[in-house]
Amino acid sequence: MKRVMGLINLNEDRGAIRNLADFRAVESIPFAGRYRLIDFALSGIVNAGILNVGVMLPDKERSILDHLRSGKDWDLARRHDGLYYLPSAKVEKEARQGDLKNFYFNLDYIHNCKQKFILLTSGSFVYNMDFKEVLAFHEQKGADITMVYYTAREAALGKDIVIKCTADGRVTDISERPETKDNAKVCMSVFFMEKSVFENLVTTAYERGGQDFMMDGIIKKAEQYNMYAMEHKGYVSHIDTELAYYRANMDILRPEIWEELFLGDRSIYTKVLDGVPVQYKKDSVVKNSLIANGCIIEGEVENSVLFRGVKVGKGAKIKNSIIMQKSVIEDGALIENVICDKNAVITKDKWLKGAQKYPLIIEKNMTI
Amino acid sequence: MRKTECLAMILAGGQGSRLGALTKKIAKPAVPFGGKYRIIDFPLSNCANSGIGKVGVLTQYKPLELHNYLGTGSAWDLDRKGGGVFILPPYAREKGADWYRGTADAIYQNINFVDITEPDYVLILSGDHIYTMDYSLMLDAHKKNHADATIGVFEVPWDEAPRFGIMNTDANGKIEEFEEKPANPKSNLASMGIYIFSKDVLKKYLEEDAANDNSSHDFGKDIIPKMLNDGLNLQSYAFEGYWKDVGTIESLWQANMDLIQDEPPFELQGEWRIYSSNPSLPPQYIGPDATVNKSMINEGSMILGEVSHSVVFSSVKVGKGAVVRNSVILPGTVIEDGAVVDYAIIAHNCKITANAKVQGEPGAISVVAEGETV
Repeated sequence: MKRVMGLINLNEDRGAIRNLADFRAVESIPFAGRYRLIDFALSGIVNAGILNVGVMLPDKERSILDHLRSGKDWDLARRHDGLYYLPSAKVEKEARQGDLKNFYFNLDYIHNCKQKFILLTSGSFVYNMDFKEVLAFHEQKGADITMVYYTAREAALGKDIVIKCTADGRVTDISERPETKDNAKVCMSVFFMEKSVFENLVTTAYERGGQDFMMDGIIKKAEQYNMYAMEHKGYVSHIDTELAYYRANMDILRPEIWEELFLGDRSIYTKVLDGVPVQYKKDSVVKNSLIANGCIIEGEVENSVLFRGVKVGKGAKIKNSIIMQKSVIEDGALIENVICDKNAVITKDKWLKGAQKYPLIIEKNMTI
Repeated sequence: MRKTECLAMILAGGQGSRLGALTKKIAKPAVPFGGKYRIIDFPLSNCANSGIGKVGVLTQYKPLELHNYLGTGSAWDLDRKGGGVFILPPYAREKGADWYRGTADAIYQNINFVDITEPDYVLILSGDHIYTMDYSLMLDAHKKNHADATIGVFEVPWDEAPRFGIMNTDANGKIEEFEEKPANPKSNLASMGIYIFSKDVLKKYLEEDAANDNSSHDFGKDIIPKMLNDGLNLQSYAFEGYWKDVGTIESLWQANMDLIQDEPPFELQGEWRIYSSNPSLPPQYIGPDATVNKSMINEGSMILGEVSHSVVFSSVKVGKGAVVRNSVILPGTVIEDGAVVDYAIIAHNCKITANAKVQGEPGAISVVAEGETV
């Protein structure tokens, strides 16, 4: 895998998840108690033995920069190669929409990397995949471009790229759909190709007025290239809506998914905070929940995900909820079907309830 | 190497023989504590938090796991330019090699390392104690008193004083007399094994001590009494707070239990962060039928049964209907369905099979050694 460079495109549309992505990129939304969404793609790349990773920065880059910093927690603070930040193209240079311009203005970096292949991923999917298999598949098929898809378990709202392919994986159709039907083959925005193919794709698409890498780079050029698709059979969730975010967190409460994502040979890395182990006080009652270090629990927690450093007061009850880092649920507060963003405070004896299909979102730093 | 004001040297070669099965494979400073830490995390984190960026760790007994744990020192933010953690095991010289024959000899054998770093002061620490302390304040006191040596002291209950090295001081804290384990103590100020020496004084006394064949080469027994005898300015520095020598199974168990009291005497969750080497593990999962209270539990663990009044480390699995009470469970251990563990310390990677029972009692804590199946 030393022949491969990684490139993570932080370009998820924040329209349908804006209450969590108002001040941060979708890819840096906290997930599963201690992670950010980008950790899954980045850890997968590192676990495959790829030593050179570029991160295409989104517009609201601060929380991504604060999270990744030198890349040390992913073992990417290296003397050579390691983590590179690629700024998005500045507006004065180019008023065009879309992500293609960001690739185009960073082509010199990509060209100068010494690796032969490029693995391109997005940062808004939750999965744990062995990317070494993608290289093997790519070489076995003799493909120009290999993409990875998963088979949708249920119909879902939210824009997705759906593909059709033959039994041996040759892509016969690729298109963007406003919703997905069950059993659809959904593209995970993971692409593998020779760097020269990527450079050619970006250059020709951009110089002919293209805006969007997926639409103008991949879909419109599908017939010019020998494209193959490989299925990832493990757990996948595309976090592009608030409901998808809520559901994916609830999925992690199933021990088989928790184990598949986090306890196999491929660890998911994240920024280390040195939290104290969870402290359960004498009246704590906790059922079917995921609790991160640094939490202090004096009340009741059921079917919920608690991030690092959350405090749950005496007599407080939390059900079917996601409570992000350093939030405080004070004594006697009752909350159900709620997503609390970071540093939220639910004061004493307050009752808050959302619906299963429409969780109530409490914004960052709010005191209720 | 850049000049250093204060170099810390941590004595981490101890066997901890009274910890029995827990130190069969590892040195005492590597013994796990408090759900995610090892004992040496405390002096290392204290150094990092006190602004001491250069730390020698002197190892001897079964050092490999400790060396592996320390790595580059990055977990404690001690992978510093021109500083950081230096692992110092005994080494060979022209005329053969020696083991470290005592605490003073261990430093003496590394006197070249001390010279290379050119410190003004040397802080000697032991890797055996649980406490948080700002060494920079002790160094300030040392400088203010123009002391040749400053010794950290701690008030112990009078009836326990005969177990410690006791300092008799004047009203200003100047040490007048040192008594090792006195039958009739005149003071209850015990030495914590924490010393700051002005470097030139230390070097002179270590060299003299090394040449003395009758010496046991120990700071407490030889160096300090000699300095007092010679009329040097030795000052005490009183420490207030939690300080515990976890040298026995009972005291290790008790120190863990201290953490899970309703109002713990010792807070890990303060500004003074205790660092440790973190494996990349997900948050813990507490199952639908679990009961968890009065406990501390670490990342990557899965609790399906009952955990009560216990400290559980990372990647531990407690099966359905299993009961863990009044116990300390070290990383990677599996307590299968229906098993019962009470008043016990279960070491790394053990397996307590379904419906098995490990039952100790207060004052007689059961210990299951690393890798065993019960």
